Amino acid sequence: MSLGSVMSSNIRSFQESDQVVSKDMVAIANKQRIQDFFFHRVTQAFSLLVLMALLGIIISLFVNAWPTFQKFGFHFLAHVEWDIVNEDFGAAIAIVGTVASATIALLIAVPLAFGVAVFLTETCPVWLRRPLGTSIELLAAVPSIIYGMFGLFVFAPLFADYIQVPLQKILGGMPLVGFLFGGATNGMGILAAGIVLAFMVLPFVAAVMRDVFEITPPILRESAYGLGCTTWEVVRQVVLPYTQKGVIGGIMLGLGRALGETMAVTFVIGNANRMPTSLFSPGTSIASVLANEFGEAEALHFSTLFALGFLLFVITFVVLAMAKMMILRAEKAKGN
Amino acid sequence: MKMNQQLYLKRRITSLLGLAFSMTAMAIGLAVLLWILYVLFSNGLSALDGHLLTSDTPAPGTEGGGLRNAIVGSLMIVGLTVLVATPIGILAGIYLTEYGDESKTAELTRFVTDIMLSAPSIVLGLFVYAIAVATVGNFSGYAGSLALSLIAVPVIMRTTENMLRLVPGSLREAAFALGAPRWKVSTFITLRAAKSGVMTGLLLAVARISGETAPLLFTALNNQFFSTNMGAPMANLPVVIFQFAMSPYDNWVRLAWAGALLITFTVLVLNILARVFFREKVSA
Repeated sequence: MSLGSVMSSNIRSFQESDQVVSKDMVAIANKQRIQDFFFHRVTQAFSLLVLMALLGIIISLFVNAWPTFQKFGFHFLAHVEWDIVNEDFGAAIAIVGTVASATIALLIAVPLAFGVAVFLTETCPVWLRRPLGTSIELLAAVPSIIYGMFGLFVFAPLFADYIQVPLQKILGGMPLVGFLFGGATNGMGILAAGIVLAFMVLPFVAAVMRDVFEITPPILRESAYGLGCTTWEVVRQVVLPYTQKGVIGGIMLGLGRALGETMAVTFVIGNANRMPTSLFSPGTSIASVLANEFGEAEALHFSTLFALGFLLFVITFVVLAMAKMMILRAEKAKGN
Repeated sequence: MKMNQQLYLKRRITSLLGLAFSMTAMAIGLAVLLWILYVLFSNGLSALDGHLLTSDTPAPGTEGGGLRNAIVGSLMIVGLTVLVATPIGILAGIYLTEYGDESKTAELTRFVTDIMLSAPSIVLGLFVYAIAVATVGNFSGYAGSLALSLIAVPVIMRTTENMLRLVPGSLREAAFALGAPRWKVSTFITLRAAKSGVMTGLLLAVARISGETAPLLFTALNNQFFSTNMGAPMANLPVVIFQFAMSPYDNWVRLAWAGALLITFTVLVLNILARVFFREKVSA
């Protein structure tokens, strides 16, 4: 950095012209240089801790998961079996549950988050923007275990009576899609977990969308209004194309959250190690298998859970990294 | 020139429908927040009594009981986490702003930190189990704090960095011109100028970790009895809520609600405090 180099060259010139600067001052300057050196290295070491933690996570999960990878190989990913007694494991059931519940969550949360962001940036009266924005952020702060309890005790019973039963009556007999609505209607299952997750992910996605919508230069918006566009046209044809990357980044951030969420899912997904056959059937996700079974796991079961954790970490890491890159690119477009 | 009335009407209706949808979405968001708060208060208040703070978590099948051990355990685990994570997070944040502008490592660190902010917390629990529980041989409060630190450090680091960036460069230059060494400028000048912003980051970090359940499941575990020994398994609110909410006993479920109310209330108050802090800084 420029300032630092100016400083150090000053110190060097002090030492060369001993007549002007006293010995004491040189001593002080030298002492300060040593202090600065240590300060630099210490702060650097702390910031590198994060990288070391990342490496540590990947290595330790992989090492602990190795027996499972060695025994099942790539077949592990597609194998539909979870037999603790005979030590025959596959990740397919948990992967399907994780991906299905996260997909359902996004299908519900993304349109809603888009609506919230549009409301906060376009139509909301200015004096209401702050309180309403804060309340959405507070929704993001509610711990996930609270969403889980809410889902189990409040949402699931209502969901069973007012959504599952009517849906099954209307759509259950239909050809092609009827099977999606079969099974027991006790409020638990993949769809219920997806909806509870949607509530949880909604504020994260909405917050990112709102932030990138605000990046749109006012002049673009005003030009569009000047041409006679309606508010909706401005949003769809000016704001959305301009902020596309950031919006996709926000959605992927939500996806990353939804894939890795433990508590909100564990309470309502039903925790059954069977391949789900309908939207109502109970299933399981990687995170909830870990939460439920890790306590009493031994030997191969133990290392299989690490293998699942490793998979989950790699998947969410890739999703979050892509999200981050999209958001960064959107911010660069703003000219930061 | 004649306006195409039909087209105009169609556009206006589309716009109106779109805005109506966005208002509905906002209403749903608010309704969910209020609904959750209502549920928490209506279920949790009934369990809030004197016993909550004076008795420990009840054994299966016994009546009554409170959350004393869990509250104390949570406070200790979160407290230790804050003690460890605050200096690390702040110093790392200083590095990223004051030294890390051009280096590739700093850029990578920033990127990884942002990802760690959203990484699945249960995997962090697995990691800490592998390095601090399996090696030592028992679950412990220390392991719980370590797991929570993995979440708190990135939060503190990134907010510190963002707040330090808001400090005008002229302030740094003025200090350098007076001959202050770099470490003094970073700690006594810029960090002090960004104090309330850094406080915001701390409060948000505490709020974030106080409700985290998944990383504590395999690290601090739980303890039915009162214990202040951090080298042993320790009761803590989130894990107690998790176990009690899924249990068949009525008094356990009631205690779970009381704990849930307590945690949510704390987290929301911390969040609001953080915002007040930051707003004061901006207006000052």
